[in-house]
Amino acid sequence: MIAQPVNPNDPNPNLRFLEEVSAATAGVARLEMCIQCGTCGGSCPSAADMNHTPRMLFAMIRAGMREDALKSNTPWICVSCYHCVVRCPQDVHITDVMYTLKSMAIRAKLYQDSTGPDFSATFVDMVENYGRSFELGLASLHYLKHFPLRLPGMAPMALGLLSKKRMGMMPTRIKGIDQLKTILERAKELEAEK
Amino acid sequence: MTQYLLYPGCSMEGSAKAYNLSLMEIIKPLGFQIEEIEDWNCCGATEYVGISLTPAYALISRNLALAARQARGNATVVAPCSACYLNLAKADYYMNERPTLGTNVNKALAAGGLHYDPGSLTIRHLLDVIINDIGLDYVKQQVVQPLKGLRVAPYLGCMVPRPDYDHRWSGYEYPTELDRLLKALGAEVIDFPLKTECCGGHMPQISTSTAFELIRRLLHDAELYQADLMVTVCPMCQMNLDAYQGETNRHFKTKFHIPILFFTQLMGLAFGIDAKKLGIGLELVSAKAALKKIGVEVPIDETQKPTKRGKKEGLPMPQMPGDEEVG
Repeated sequence: MIAQPVNPNDPNPNLRFLEEVSAATAGVARLEMCIQCGTCGGSCPSAADMNHTPRMLFAMIRAGMREDALKSNTPWICVSCYHCVVRCPQDVHITDVMYTLKSMAIRAKLYQDSTGPDFSATFVDMVENYGRSFELGLASLHYLKHFPLRLPGMAPMALGLLSKKRMGMMPTRIKGIDQLKTILERAKELEAEK
Repeated sequence: MTQYLLYPGCSMEGSAKAYNLSLMEIIKPLGFQIEEIEDWNCCGATEYVGISLTPAYALISRNLALAARQARGNATVVAPCSACYLNLAKADYYMNERPTLGTNVNKALAAGGLHYDPGSLTIRHLLDVIINDIGLDYVKQQVVQPLKGLRVAPYLGCMVPRPDYDHRWSGYEYPTELDRLLKALGAEVIDFPLKTECCGGHMPQISTSTAFELIRRLLHDAELYQADLMVTVCPMCQMNLDAYQGETNRHFKTKFHIPILFFTQLMGLAFGIDAKKLGIGLELVSAKAALKKIGVEVPIDETQKPTKRGKKEGLPMPQMPGDEEVG
């Protein structure tokens, strides 16, 4: 781990990362309330594929291990099932903290596997341009780039979805797309000012 | 009287067309008045929140602002998709819990001439409205073709019972409302242990081994309990369990065949509505054998009718006119 620059006048410099994560999270994160009980990891259906259980990750955040925390695949493997959230005895907003860590990892360019970030970016790009998601466009772009070897095996499913017209061939654009774009531009400015 | 505004969500026009068709069919027998939010946009699913907070919540909130403007008095926004429902509910909840988020979202909305006061709308999932507002007694009265002998696995997934800000369900992990609705339709409902476990969400696009294992668990459990089919309340759950069932089977060398239908489709069948109108047959894992048990014929898909060339096995190959006469 690369040591972060430390302000000698700050008595608890390692707490600044915890504050940064909390401030960037929707709602009141309550991350500082974690008692390291491990209920989150024990409740997690995808913990087996994670570099760190949520409990470990929260300890790392509290210890100011910024780079290690943002390199972890844990937020990308989180399936947003909210099992940990309803079981957490301290009401930590765990799922939302995972979203925050994803956005911070993308900004810091620290997460190595681009599959998750690319999927989100392609999805958001379509939504920003049309106002609606476009399943076929999203799936073809994403699978061609990240899962070309799965394509032959996926052919029956793709043909099934297309022949049953469960995939639109063209994206739908909302009427108020300009209004939406203006709103999102302003929101991005506000996000940058924070 | 409460006014209901529908937020359909993007999947209803695509992969979850059957959900939309069946919902539109059951509205009438249920005496349910519902009006679509005009020019709604995508809720951002679980993707935008992982990129940038304020834009993600501004995207969701444009829908709430439009709905509030369209509403005449007290209004309830109804979402049939679990992810859409939760995103709308979260925006409403967090704009209140974190006033700075609320202020920033409203600053962004103002750039588009819109505004939303958190708490001014009630956000609910379709299943909740059918069970708690329309009521099981009313539903029961509409049943003309009870689904007698059909063994159904009631599957709720994650985002309807959790985090459940308004405490509308009997439990976060084992609520029984969907079971009771299906029983009211005359179906035999299995006590499905994994009813609120995850379907994999967007994992088929991110980490296949994670996704296939989550899908396998659910199919395996439904098979152990000898369910004829599984019922879902969410387009994403349906997509993962139905469309990726083939890939999951290949991954684990299993032979699961569990048809996945929307609860609205079963309601429609029990109300005596024609299977085709309910989008039955649009599922990739055929429900033919399962529905035969209750005397329902799955409509033949025009595009799936065997052709002369179709007799041959293998992938479709490009062909030139006149090819069929050769050999």
